[in-house]
Amino acid sequence: MTQSLLHQILDYANRADPYPIYEELRKSPVHHEADGPYVISTYYEIRSLLHDPRISSDARNLASNAAEPPAGAPSEESTLPPGFLKLDPPEHDRLRRMTNRPFGPPHSPHRVDGMRGELHDIVTGLIDGIGDPDRIDLVEQFSYPFPVTVICRLLGVPREDETRFHVWADTLAANLDPDPDADPAERDKGAQDARMQLGMYLAGLIEERRKNPGEDMLSQLATAKGDDGPMTTMELLSTAALLLIAGHETTVNLITNGMLTLLRNPDVLQRLRADPRLAVPIVEELLRFEPPVQLVPQRTTLADIEVRGVTIPKGASVWLVLASGNRDPRRFEDPDRFDPDRPDIQHLGLGSGIHSCFGAPLARLETQFALAELARRLENPRLLEDPPPYRQNAVLRGPRRLHLTCDGIRP
Amino acid sequence: MVRIAVDLNRCQGYAQCAFLAPEIFAMHGEEALLYDPDADAAQREKLAQAAAACPVQAILVDAVESDAVDVSAEAVSGGR
Amino acid sequence: MDGDGSLERLKRDGRIVVVGASLAGLRAAETLRDKGFAGSLTLIGDEACEPYDRPPLSKQVLLGRASAERTALPRLRALDATWRLGRAATGLDMAARRVRLADGDEVPYDRLLIATGVRARPWPNEAEADLDGVFVLRTRDDSAALARRLDAGPERVLVIGAGFTGSEIASACRERGLPVTVAERGAAPLVGALGGVVGAVAAEMHREHGVDLRCGVMVTALEGDASGRVRAAQLSDGSTVETDVVIVSLGALRNTEWLAGSGLGAGPRGIACDAGCRAFDIRGIVTDDIYAAGDVARSPHALFGYQFLSLEHWGNAVSQARIAAHNMLSESTDRLPHMEVPAFWSSQFGVNIKSVGIPSMGTEILVSQGSLADHRFLGVYGYQGRVIGAVAFDHGRWLPFYQELIETTAPFPPPFATVDRRPEGQRPLDADFPDPSIPTHGPTVTLSGYSPADRRMTFTPAH
Repeated sequence: MTQSLLHQILDYANRADPYPIYEELRKSPVHHEADGPYVISTYYEIRSLLHDPRISSDARNLASNAAEPPAGAPSEESTLPPGFLKLDPPEHDRLRRMTNRPFGPPHSPHRVDGMRGELHDIVTGLIDGIGDPDRIDLVEQFSYPFPVTVICRLLGVPREDETRFHVWADTLAANLDPDPDADPAERDKGAQDARMQLGMYLAGLIEERRKNPGEDMLSQLATAKGDDGPMTTMELLSTAALLLIAGHETTVNLITNGMLTLLRNPDVLQRLRADPRLAVPIVEELLRFEPPVQLVPQRTTLADIEVRGVTIPKGASVWLVLASGNRDPRRFEDPDRFDPDRPDIQHLGLGSGIHSCFGAPLARLETQFALAELARRLENPRLLEDPPPYRQNAVLRGPRRLHLTCDGIRP
Repeated sequence: MVRIAVDLNRCQGYAQCAFLAPEIFAMHGEEALLYDPDADAAQREKLAQAAAACPVQAILVDAVESDAVDVSAEAVSGGR
Repeated sequence: MDGDGSLERLKRDGRIVVVGASLAGLRAAETLRDKGFAGSLTLIGDEACEPYDRPPLSKQVLLGRASAERTALPRLRALDATWRLGRAATGLDMAARRVRLADGDEVPYDRLLIATGVRARPWPNEAEADLDGVFVLRTRDDSAALARRLDAGPERVLVIGAGFTGSEIASACRERGLPVTVAERGAAPLVGALGGVVGAVAAEMHREHGVDLRCGVMVTALEGDASGRVRAAQLSDGSTVETDVVIVSLGALRNTEWLAGSGLGAGPRGIACDAGCRAFDIRGIVTDDIYAAGDVARSPHALFGYQFLSLEHWGNAVSQARIAAHNMLSESTDRLPHMEVPAFWSSQFGVNIKSVGIPSMGTEILVSQGSLADHRFLGVYGYQGRVIGAVAFDHGRWLPFYQELIETTAPFPPPFATVDRRPEGQRPLDADFPDPSIPTHGPTVTLSGYSPADRRMTFTPAH
């Protein structure tokens, strides 16, 4: 018997190249298998549902949640309340607004722009420290430490604590992966423990920041007095956990996928080396071509919704396969071609609507700096392994290692 | 100088431009955008970043120099 | 025209004249070149400057964040056009196909696009309008002069009329710390465009920001001092407002006077044209060589019962210009209808207001998301059981959904649950428009197709 499409998406064997499965999926834009989620794979339908107020991000609206969590639906039973990613307005809007206050415009318009020098220095330091150019693991030596260092500085989390929180963050990220074969109870327990430990760690940190506030985001969130009042401690903890995890589980994949894609498209790499400004359109095309968040698995219908002739009933689980929409030939000409000169890239790589990626501007800048500098400094880089080994996660998809070699490292 | 116009019908206030080029773009409240319609050429790179990052591609920037060369009275009086 | 090669000749060496060198005129000219028009292209404008963008004039410029002289529109492509700027078109000879200019010069055309737009409605009393310190706001020069006067720190600004422009001016003045009085004849600001329910929210925004808002009053007279400077305004309620800057913001007049006697179907309500932007003559017969686009055009809209709509919207100017340019160069069966859903925005008092469809056609409103009290909400307008418009206050990301409801003539009130539906949003309210227009009945038209690029009209005949 052939495997169902849903299983094929999640099957690790397809991790290196899920795009043929997405192409198959797009033949029925609203794909539904018995008891499973409704899987949306075409560009216009995904974009429209991302702006549809009948779609909830709050798992409490799943019809099946009244009973027990269905296979494939990540549950959110733990000591911390859900972060704003998994909330609807008005709570979502209020928390996101408050979180944005120390991060972006209108209140902090220079925060991200002001990190340019720092980002450049971190990239330079990491490339300087690569050492032996014969065998580089880009993930270990660059793509992972870079965003982690950045998010730690931004939040005010000591970088040396990384060994403690990265295990919890990994567990929580893995829990986002809707693996239908895993024992849900087991998974939930692991995630619950990780969330509690991360929460306790952050609680200690926040306590400290309240006493000695600095310029970092945690300090400012902990001491904020905006129009929306202060966050409760629980809100603060789940927000901090969300930022910490999101800030280091996504950009790492974007950077690694980016270098992998450039190495597979040496002409583009060559052009980037000659003109670092090309990093800007490269990153946008990359967000279309290899988005670090492949699908959004936690949406629920608040009403019966008709999509392309199929009625999705109220309370159903809906998956939006962003990475498939990005390859939809109805929207993008020659979609399987990596083409940074593409006009009008309105990709779905960072989502759209009210839940669009909170850290997007930072992820963009980080990846632009990273790719431009890697292109400039690595001499004649080549892949040692193609495809590279991937991480298990089908949602936050990216290589576990990216082994490459080069002739030397330019100063 | 680089001339800019933003199609504010398209704009949905994602603020990517205001993050990346705060000298040119600013949020006015949560969602409204204000921008300098004639940015300093020194900001060209940041402007390109901002325009590329706009999720709804609402930022219009000069693609060519203006060709309104005959605005001057002399050229106008020439007639046809 | 069809099939005899004349279209090819037009594209190769025809003469196209665009009267009106603003947003619609410029974008139409660019589209003509994009579509392969290689003949001579002339743009005629009454202002001596190249095309500029107007929205910043009542926002950034008044806030002192941009200069009025520097809002020229970006050029999206090379035009290779002849510019006749600084002289207005004063007449049209349809038979001879010539446009007459203020200096007596005449410009011949094979195809003509009229995009002369609108101008600010002046204060009706000329002597009072001439007082120093009395302004309107429409052009770059208006904005520059007003910004200079605001820089000088007036004692009190009086804004007459609380439509979008008047409200934006009041907002900018308050942000600069200037005392402002707003006099509005209606019951609330924005009431004509958005109705009383939303107008009440706008009124709260004015007052919370310290505007001295007076509704239900008219300004009956402006008074000047001995040196000819405005010093006070008399209001219909018997009160007097002492003021040294008055901004008259009473809407717009269409620039069609130059067409009087030409035989074109042009008048105070604009230039009537078909859904493909071809202008009608006074006999109601469509011309094939004269097109109209932008604020000055009035055309039937498929989604709104084929009523003739004239829309003073930025997006409308752009889309109509492109349609007109396309149709000028197309065989009749390749022409496109102008069926862009109307949309506009305004920002005032730190709130972004966006709208799609035609709220003022609505008789009822439902607050489907958010809350009026927070000034963050989404209001849906209903007309005869269908969704006809929507307005968003700091809720713009949801609007595409509501636009789709309008395009598909979805039922009103929307029969489904939404995120963030509050108790006040459970039942439609009377939208409370001062004078609802009653559209004609006709077949229902919906837009269909999967993608915006793939739009089709679907007709459902009336019973």
